[in-house]
Amino acid sequence: MSAAQTATEPVHAEAPAAAPVPPRFAAARRFARAFRGRPAGVAGLSILLLFTLLALLAPAFIGPDQLDVTKVNGPLLAAPSGSYPLGTDQAGRSVLLLLIWGSRESLEIGVLATVLTVVFGSAIGIVAGHFGGFVGRALMHVTDWFIALPSLPLAISLAAVLGQGSASITIAIAVTSWTATARLVRAQTLAVEARPFVERARALGAGNWQIMLRQVLPNVMPLILVSSTLTVAGSLLSEATLTFLGLGSPTDVTWGEMIHDAFFGGAFTADAWWYLLPPGLAILAVVLGFTLTGRAVEHVLDPRMENK
Amino acid sequence: MSSPSAVAEAVGAAPDPRPRRAFRVPRPGYLVTKLAAAAVSFGVTLVIGFVLFNVMPSDPVRTMTRGRPVSEAQLAALRVQLGLDKPIWERFFDYVGNTLHGNLGYSWEYQQSVASLTLSRVGPTLLLMGTSFAISVVLGLWLGMRSGWRAGSLFDRVTSSTALTLWSVPTFWLGMILLIVFSVGIGPIHGFLPTAGMSDPTLPQTGMTHYLDVARHLVLPALTMVLVVYAQYVTIMRSSIIEEKGSPYLLTARAKGLTDDAVRRRHALPNAMLPSVTMIFMHLGGLISGAVTVEAIFSWPGLGDLTYQALTIPDLPVLQGTFIVFSASVIIMNLLADLAYRVLDPRVRAQ
Repeated sequence: MSAAQTATEPVHAEAPAAAPVPPRFAAARRFARAFRGRPAGVAGLSILLLFTLLALLAPAFIGPDQLDVTKVNGPLLAAPSGSYPLGTDQAGRSVLLLLIWGSRESLEIGVLATVLTVVFGSAIGIVAGHFGGFVGRALMHVTDWFIALPSLPLAISLAAVLGQGSASITIAIAVTSWTATARLVRAQTLAVEARPFVERARALGAGNWQIMLRQVLPNVMPLILVSSTLTVAGSLLSEATLTFLGLGSPTDVTWGEMIHDAFFGGAFTADAWWYLLPPGLAILAVVLGFTLTGRAVEHVLDPRMENK
Repeated sequence: MSSPSAVAEAVGAAPDPRPRRAFRVPRPGYLVTKLAAAAVSFGVTLVIGFVLFNVMPSDPVRTMTRGRPVSEAQLAALRVQLGLDKPIWERFFDYVGNTLHGNLGYSWEYQQSVASLTLSRVGPTLLLMGTSFAISVVLGLWLGMRSGWRAGSLFDRVTSSTALTLWSVPTFWLGMILLIVFSVGIGPIHGFLPTAGMSDPTLPQTGMTHYLDVARHLVLPALTMVLVVYAQYVTIMRSSIIEEKGSPYLLTARAKGLTDDAVRRRHALPNAMLPSVTMIFMHLGGLISGAVTVEAIFSWPGLGDLTYQALTIPDLPVLQGTFIVFSASVIIMNLLADLAYRVLDPRVRAQ
């Protein structure tokens, strides 16, 4: 058997593991070329880059004075004009500046929740896939129970119990969305572990942790990254929903909080569409951006998806 | 050998050699397993509900009496009244026993039992969900079938991108936009639909006028739900039709000289329906909870609105009650999905 052979010749067996660098870059270049051939994906990525850039540069041109309700001096709920391109809110703050500043906190919560989701979900998925047997089955049962729970009421209850604020919203989103990642990663782990190089590693004496971290994880990673772009989209929507329901901190500026203020703070009855429209469109654009990018990457990685 | 059309029929619609209408009740073994799994799921829900609402809040009595002057003695009396002085395991068993007896606790805000409170809100939620669900399923499956059959056509591209865009919109925001346009009125459009509630209290609450009034109130919330929900069904149906499209039995059907329309409706559709039906049932449970924001915006007097009201107070017993009702509905729907799939798909039944 080849595994037994390689076990007696460890020096030769190590050779293919040290992959030469150029092919990896060639693959990246091939990937970039294939991605460029998908206009929807390119559009999605451009939207994301634009918003990321705005979010990163925001502190350079927005000072705390322009966002502080007590310090601004603009007209209250004024329609768009030259000095306020998107009008003002009930406190006289510029909606455009709120929108740009909101992208920081909204994206932060979305990305942070996704990181938590992906790390936790992948850990559960890999462990469940690797150990099989009792541990694997128990973990999958727990996952199934969480899938059966209605996510929005669970998130609402969790955030209500933990108290208002972005931290509890982030945790609530992560707790309700890790299951999808766990299932996906478990399936992929099972597929990877069936391949000969894992058997080879085991024959060479690799322990459970080494197999999971060095053999399985790198092979599951692309899939995790693709699914995480879709997770960010879902997280952003959940974040907006939970903040809208009043679970966010009222002093934070996020898109969900803006819609909350617009709806419950009087802009709605005053017909102030300029306050209501932009945050919703921004959420739509970013969610669409993540979805389009994720789908394009998915198609490039898996050509079988071509006609779906 | 039977006629070619009978063969195609059998291969296309049901690989089972028995007549198509043959209906077999699932083996009791299967039913029992699924019921047991559902019962365990519900047990886990109870544990999570208990941890969430009874272990995690540091001091429910303080939350309850927030903003009101109370003495320490009153607080202690309240704790005894709520059973908070008992050890945690005793509280857990009390809680499980109470829940199984339909006693979901007592609302702090409404001064009413949570069970009767939720029960009175189930009807409106079912009305809203049922209406929007039926419309979304019919619309979504029809559009999905059409666009999957002609994947890549203009119709497909328009349908798919509309569905994707609507899926990316926050539900509550879409509801607000519809509310502004159709009921507040903007520019040349005069608002002609009611803004909130389920019926006009000034009109009689019975008879035809009442039904018409409820229907008028139903239009906007249902439309909002449909616009966000139907997209999922389009996607599912579209991909299952595409999956079936390459199957040899469709080639047979075409070779018989059937029209494209007949091939699609009589042969491709029944098989493509299978994964869609499962997904639809899976979503059905989630749909009920998806109504929270829509009901909150339109003040639709259902479970979602109750959840929202309880959240703003916060009224933990009510939140816990709605959480359990929502979870139970999801578990029941998933169970139905499993059973329905078995009845519909002979291949699964044979396993």
